Amino acid sequence: MEKNALIAAKKLTVEFSLSGNKKVHAVSDVSLDVYEHEVLALVGESGCGKSTLGKAMVQLIRPTGGEVSFKGTPITGMSRKAFQEYRRQMQIVFQDPYASLDPRMSVRDIVAEPLETHCVCPTKAETTERVVELLKAVGLTSDHLYRYAHQFSGGQRQRIGIARAIALNPAFIVCDEPVSALDVSVQNQILNLLKDLQGRFGLTYLFISHDLSVVRFIADRVCVMFLGKLCELGDTETIYEKPMHPYTRFLLDAIPKADPHQRRGERLLLSGELPSPVNPPSGCRFHTRCPYATGKCKATEPPLHSVEGRLVACHLYE
Amino acid sequence: MSEAKKSTPVNAPVLYDEQNTFRGVSKRLFRENKIAVVSLIVILIFLLGAVFAPWLTEYGYEDIDAINRLGKPSKEHLLGTDELGRDVLTRMLYGSRISLLVGIVPTVISMLAGAALGIIAGYIGGRVDSIIMRLADIMLAFPSMLLAMVIMYTLGDGIINIFLALALVNWASVARIVRSETLKLRETEFVEAARSIGVSPFKIMRRHIMPNCIPSMIVLFTLNIPSAILSESSLSFLGLGIQKPMASWGLMVNTGRQYLYTAPWMSLAPSIAIMLIVLAFNFLGDGLRDVLDPHLKKQ
Repeated sequence: MEKNALIAAKKLTVEFSLSGNKKVHAVSDVSLDVYEHEVLALVGESGCGKSTLGKAMVQLIRPTGGEVSFKGTPITGMSRKAFQEYRRQMQIVFQDPYASLDPRMSVRDIVAEPLETHCVCPTKAETTERVVELLKAVGLTSDHLYRYAHQFSGGQRQRIGIARAIALNPAFIVCDEPVSALDVSVQNQILNLLKDLQGRFGLTYLFISHDLSVVRFIADRVCVMFLGKLCELGDTETIYEKPMHPYTRFLLDAIPKADPHQRRGERLLLSGELPSPVNPPSGCRFHTRCPYATGKCKATEPPLHSVEGRLVACHLYE
Repeated sequence: MSEAKKSTPVNAPVLYDEQNTFRGVSKRLFRENKIAVVSLIVILIFLLGAVFAPWLTEYGYEDIDAINRLGKPSKEHLLGTDELGRDVLTRMLYGSRISLLVGIVPTVISMLAGAALGIIAGYIGGRVDSIIMRLADIMLAFPSMLLAMVIMYTLGDGIINIFLALALVNWASVARIVRSETLKLRETEFVEAARSIGVSPFKIMRRHIMPNCIPSMIVLFTLNIPSAILSESSLSFLGLGIQKPMASWGLMVNTGRQYLYTAPWMSLAPSIAIMLIVLAFNFLGDGLRDVLDPHLKKQ
């Protein structure tokens, strides 16, 4: 089956300037295709640039280099006006449901904001009607219309955030750690809601997370990031069954196992700290912490290449 | 906070947005905050007194009762007379016109200008921010009284010029505070969410940043009113504000100081009036801030 890339990043680079000519290399030279109707998970530890990549894909952060195209049209460097059309197609669900809703706006106004901004509904009454529809789609009711964010629980707030994100019938939604701030019991409900909505509206998700069990539940494909670079990209099951890149193995091994009998005697555990993104290591960025590192890893950067139906950036598999 | 949460019935439907309508706000103000309502009444009484001054007293503010100089409060002169034998109550009523106007108008002007400039500087940042903030720094670098005096001296006497001078002196500190608030708000996720929706910068400032600046603006407002009333009195005292024989509270306090031992009512009466109006604005501001904050909303 030929898959169409809905949104594609080509050699995307995001750098933030610091004082004294230093730069934070948040995302370096990342190329990534997100196919239509899939859930692509972006995993990696804190500070590896997952959120930055996600936000750069929807132009919430201006990339310093490279290009993002949506359905084949490049959207980087577009004027604000021209981009507005594409804006509707791509939305974000934020991580912190407590910070992502304006405390001084009622639920109606929060969910209506995208509708009003893009003049979707001609009258106020129709806007309210549509808001009620959206609230129902995410499992809230019209009783909640004129309440304020602080009157809701975390899970309900995240539902409001999701209602806002789907208000414009977007094709692509970046879910920036949508469940990491929630209780485990609520996480499930939100994940199911996201999955349900994806089926109903034919959505495509870029699902950013550091919780690997969540990713396994929701994602079709997984993309592992380390310090602004892609390490490995492939179907969820293949990667969970047989991780290739050493970093992916470390990540998967770090998942705690509930059953003590399943715990293997030896666990690969990662030592050392995440290298500074201001001064990333030469060659493979992982070589400082990798037990298999050779001289070659230090000297040259491994390109992403295809191994057994997936992409791996590691010299071990060349 | 926890109390507010407890008293929120979970399943009661809310049929209209109580938060942002005049009806909702005034209803809650009356129900929840008695002191604010009393303050509002006090302010109204003062305003009515200022408007209807000629009908409330039989004297004019310049009328001299030469026999009765520095007279004690009596039946004819309820609050006594001053050093020229003028009725203190009458002068206070007429003076409240000046003092209330001078307290409110320049404060409102400086709040509006300062808030607008502060939000623009904070949200847009870059060169715009630098220009606005350097201007504010220049204003703040001068002692404010001196600056107001220079402005008055250049523009000449008159109430309009007092407004201008005090507004020009005050906007900078408002802009600074609002800017820092804006910088904080700009980084919040709800502003980022608005950007991700495609809301224009102007609308983000109006719908998200400004409403969230209101609590600190109300505090500033209630702090700036008394300082404006007092600044006017200093300017008038120096002969740069309103001119004698016109009265203002600040001017009356200042003149009365010389007679504090012989005729304490001369400065006591306007002092108490200033205190009352300042307290009233403070309590009203507090009440409004609570009522406008959804977190503190009780059902």
